[in-house]
Amino acid sequence: MDFDFTQEEQAFRAEVRDFLAENLPPPAERGRGFMSEWLQKVRDKRWVGFSWPEEYGGGAGSLTEQAILKEEMALARAPALGTSFMGLAWVGPGIIQYGTDEQKQRFIPDILDSKVNWCTGYSEPNHGSDLAAIQTKAERVGDHYVVNGQKIWTTGAPWADWIILLTRTEFEVERKHDGITCLLVPMDTPGIEVRPIENMAGDSNFAEVFFTDVQVPVENRLGEEGKGWAVTISALANERSSIGEVTQMFAKLESLKNLVRTTTRQGRPASDDPSVRRRIGEFEAKIAAMKYNGLRYLTKQLRGEPLSSETSVNKLHRASLEIEMDDFAVELTGLAGVQLPGGDEAVDGGRWARSSLGWPGVVIGGGTPNIQRNIIAERILGLPKD
Amino acid sequence: MDFGFSEEQNLLREQVSRFMTDACPLSVVRAQNGGFPDELWRQAADLGWLALIVPEAHGGLGLKWIDLAVVLEESGRGLSPLPILSQALAATAIGRCSGDDVKSEWLPQIATGDVVFGVGLYDDPTWIDPKGVGLEGGETLTGAKPFVSDATRATHLLLATRNRERLGLAIVDAGDVTLKAQPGIDRTKPFASVSLDRVKPLAAFAMSTADLAYLTDCGAVAVTLEAIGAAEATMALTTEYAKTRIQFDNPIGKYQGVKHRLADMFIDIESFKSLAYYAAWAVDDAPEELPRAASLAKAYAADAFARIGIDGVGLHGAIGFTAEYDAQLYLKRSKWVRSAFGDADYHYQRAAALGGL
Repeated sequence: MDFDFTQEEQAFRAEVRDFLAENLPPPAERGRGFMSEWLQKVRDKRWVGFSWPEEYGGGAGSLTEQAILKEEMALARAPALGTSFMGLAWVGPGIIQYGTDEQKQRFIPDILDSKVNWCTGYSEPNHGSDLAAIQTKAERVGDHYVVNGQKIWTTGAPWADWIILLTRTEFEVERKHDGITCLLVPMDTPGIEVRPIENMAGDSNFAEVFFTDVQVPVENRLGEEGKGWAVTISALANERSSIGEVTQMFAKLESLKNLVRTTTRQGRPASDDPSVRRRIGEFEAKIAAMKYNGLRYLTKQLRGEPLSSETSVNKLHRASLEIEMDDFAVELTGLAGVQLPGGDEAVDGGRWARSSLGWPGVVIGGGTPNIQRNIIAERILGLPKD
Repeated sequence: MDFGFSEEQNLLREQVSRFMTDACPLSVVRAQNGGFPDELWRQAADLGWLALIVPEAHGGLGLKWIDLAVVLEESGRGLSPLPILSQALAATAIGRCSGDDVKSEWLPQIATGDVVFGVGLYDDPTWIDPKGVGLEGGETLTGAKPFVSDATRATHLLLATRNRERLGLAIVDAGDVTLKAQPGIDRTKPFASVSLDRVKPLAAFAMSTADLAYLTDCGAVAVTLEAIGAAEATMALTTEYAKTRIQFDNPIGKYQGVKHRLADMFIDIESFKSLAYYAAWAVDDAPEELPRAASLAKAYAADAFARIGIDGVGLHGAIGFTAEYDAQLYLKRSKWVRSAFGDADYHYQRAAALGGL
């Protein structure tokens, strides 16, 4: 057991820190052109797609270097390294693993250069958690697939350029996981209609997406016909819980402590209240557990041991913690806490109230907590499937 | 960066695991009432487990608490009645607080198992603070230590004393005190009350407030390490039952009410395991981080294992409540773990204070 980094790794951390000191001004000093310059600079460093192979424009960073980069970026509260979150998180890795050479050349550079936004067409009105039961139909006609059906809860669809789309090419199958085909489709293809849905926070960043006789060239198929489930699984596996998230959560905990220090409840400092102090301790224990879970799993990977579904552990912790921390802040500050940004008494500009409305969507998005529990119970503990 | 065990540590783990299965199964554990079979203590000593953290200069192996961690985890899995925890705590206390003469006399005997130590730090059942130490120190000791761990079969006792603000530790012969075994929920974690009447210590030395906190943290970490094994055993027992017990035409592990509870057990054990390993590493390699690490680990484990213990019995239904079935033994251990070396409430609040609140 050893928490030291090699000289090369320490040098890499220093390089990231120097870069940030030079290129990341405080938020107030970031002008209009900052974001595009930032994206170009991190792209030049090959830190976008840092885990991807060099031949496709990635940075070929080692697992430890990836962790260091994420940690330092989060410590500095740096903006994202690209604007296509899904493109970087799983579409790109999926194309690298399953795509043809032509697809890699066509799609990967645009993802790395933040030129295109991707969305993910998985859930359907009748099939969310039971994803493999999807019904959106893709029929092979000549050198095209003709797609008919509907997706829903498609985050980013209102502004996405492309969609990674899960369709069914075969309906008479023994296992519902067979007969699924993954297609890459431009969102401006005739026959696609996007209807935004307003969420509980008042945003409209997810949508219904309708497909009516949408023609998709065969060369836009990712992976083999009927084998799309494997592509999906590997895509979701790429959605790793990262060291960077833990760093952000420690920062959120510090903000929460500051709130406790400055809050008075019933005429007494909130920081004197044992139940308040205990909750802060509980949050810290769970975030620290995520940190050390992550380091144990990273060690397993570094030793070449296979990871099972342990990463669901941190996903579940994060899901409950983000909501609990927001709600704790809201409750701590009473009727002021429920005021949104713009309210005269809004706490910290209403950020806690606002944030508490957003997290439920994120938690459901990557597979609901109960689905994560099924995964742990079935894949790790070996319990029978539902 | 490597947050995993070495090959040697994994071999040690296998050795302890084999010992627990072959020589100290639950049938043996159940037969004890506040004690342990002598031959098992002898074997543990011969295998070097009692010498692990004793410095080489004093007849030990000179290893660290992170090595001891695998012994505690695996013996916890089988609810071992051997007082390895108290013995290790005595070794740590003497190694840290006493002078060379005391070390040279006692550490080699601890390493060989020729002496068996019981340990009594606090005399107030809930007060983890120097003021919780009540026995007055001096040339001779007179008074009471109501909570001395593993005292009933000990040859010697290590007792904390206090004179106003000055803390001390005294080694006394178990034959020189009046011992009264106390009936406890967990028979594998026996403790006794000790009364002393003008007892002359065999050795006495000063202990700082920081020393007391360090020893308490070591105790909390040790309890948590044992709890990893015990909680995993509870989960394994209950998972096996959930796979085979048929109700409503299905194994009950198919129902989400059962399988999700088992998944939650896994999540919690993974988490306090990570916290406990880090704390065990910190004991020797980052002592400045030990207080926070120990508190986070112990607090998480105390609450989580208590839930796991209750659900381990509960998910079995009535069979889990029987004396014959093993689930109850783990539930009893979880109740002891809750209070030992500070409960969750204490440790969570301490973590908040250490975090600047």
